[in-house]
Amino acid sequence: VKLVIGIVRPDKANDVLEALYRADVRGLSMSRVQGHGGELDRVETYRGTTVKMELSEKVRFEVAVSDHFVEPTVRAICDGARTGDVGDGKIFILPLERVVRIRTGEEDTAAVTPVEL
Amino acid sequence: VTAATAGGIDTGDSAWILVSTALVLMMTPALGLFYAGLVRSKNTLNTFMMSIGALGVVTVVWAVVAYSLAFDDGVGFIGGLDHAFLRGVGLGPQHGLAIPELLYAVFEASFCIITAALISGAVVERISYGAFLVFIALWACLVYAPMAHWVWGGGWLASRGTLDWAGGVPVEMASGFSAFAAAIVVGARRDFGRLALLPHNAVYALLGAGLLWFGWFGFNGGSALTAGTSATLAFANTLLAPAGTLVVWLVLDLLRGGKPTAIGAATAIIVGAVGITPAAGYLSPMSALLLGALAALPSYAFIVLRPRTRLDETLDVLAAHGLAGLTGMLFIGFFAQQSWNGISNGLLFGNAAQLGWQALAVAVAPVYAFVGTFVLLKLVGIVLPLRVTERAERLGLDVSQHGEEAYVQGDGAILVSPEAGFEFSRPVAQP
Repeated sequence: VKLVIGIVRPDKANDVLEALYRADVRGLSMSRVQGHGGELDRVETYRGTTVKMELSEKVRFEVAVSDHFVEPTVRAICDGARTGDVGDGKIFILPLERVVRIRTGEEDTAAVTPVEL
Repeated sequence: VTAATAGGIDTGDSAWILVSTALVLMMTPALGLFYAGLVRSKNTLNTFMMSIGALGVVTVVWAVVAYSLAFDDGVGFIGGLDHAFLRGVGLGPQHGLAIPELLYAVFEASFCIITAALISGAVVERISYGAFLVFIALWACLVYAPMAHWVWGGGWLASRGTLDWAGGVPVEMASGFSAFAAAIVVGARRDFGRLALLPHNAVYALLGAGLLWFGWFGFNGGSALTAGTSATLAFANTLLAPAGTLVVWLVLDLLRGGKPTAIGAATAIIVGAVGITPAAGYLSPMSALLLGALAALPSYAFIVLRPRTRLDETLDVLAAHGLAGLTGMLFIGFFAQQSWNGISNGLLFGNAAQLGWQALAVAVAPVYAFVGTFVLLKLVGIVLPLRVTERAERLGLDVSQHGEEAYVQGDGAILVSPEAGFEFSRPVAQP
């Protein structure tokens, strides 16, 4: 079981959600974060005050998936988030020691497998 | 000559029109607030700035030439240039009125400003700011001014008998059908029909609509151009008609979705006020209430159906202004009542000809506004790119067009002091 963390542009978040849905990846969380990668700064001016905005709004996806779902998940995030410009984001893939589904107590792969309704 | 009248100027009339001018001027930032609430947060400032820009650009153009084109004698289609640069516009009484000429010119300026700003609703979230300002400068001279001349400047519609109290032709139908053309020429937003593009602050929309209604008492009440009985009728009708629309709209919302909506209520206020704009001084109060209720129907239907088409007329200027203004213009033809307005009856009171003159305006004004705007925007588009780049649209027009954000966090912002020798040659993220 792996944890896939994708940090993407806010305006591409909907595309990522759609791509993940199409790839049958269910169960994820997303949060708004601020970050700075290699992208160039924005310069903004408020009256006499000029500032360089070092941090950009980003959206962070966290998806825990069984091993054979790692590749489809990564591909979906890349497809959804890519614009080709600097600032498209990063994907981090981490091993997970243990996963527990709170409702049933199921662990690991069973815990990240979606329930068939 | 009463004590309050000196040199042909009535102080009471002047006082009311001075106040009305300020009320109508306030409607333009109110419109900016209304529109800003209806767009996504990354386009808040840009949307607001379209209205603020109109306050600057259109006022200048008005003083230089547009006032003359609208209100100088000229020919039936358009005024002349004798009043260019406000030449001959002094403190003496305006022809036929008891207010100074200069007051008349600035009162009418406030109408042109908000009408130009209205069109922005069709093209927000993708039009280039500079191109929009250039467009409205030309539009004020070549679309608004002639249309104002037709009904108020002694032009061909007025001389035939068309009634237009406060701008069914030059304000409401002109902005609505210009918005229609602008949406087509500029094209849809890139995310239109692909993502849900939602209003980011319904409170702004409600507050904007409330302030617009407040200002509308100057818009319609002031259009009496005197502080007497006709102003009272227009003022009362400006309360009654939007109230009728609001109630009907809430019921329609309830029937359609089971819940009365806030954005719907804000829209209803605009639709009702637009509907009564051409008719405010011509109808009995009960007719005004009926007009408000009826005006809800075509606009509501259009607003429900429009998003299912590919027309990204983003903030529904055509439905709220074009259709509601058209409804009000035609309504005069049926319900005008000489016992209230002292001028003319409509069809229901025995004067079928009035309906004919109203229908003539309804047939011609939308076509002129649509074609005029279409051609003007195409011409502007030859010189300037009408749209921002795809990257700028994605980033949001607040940052890309103005270098500011509406909801700035300030986290990670580094102060750039010129003394520290900040190197601007380093490339920054330009769209």
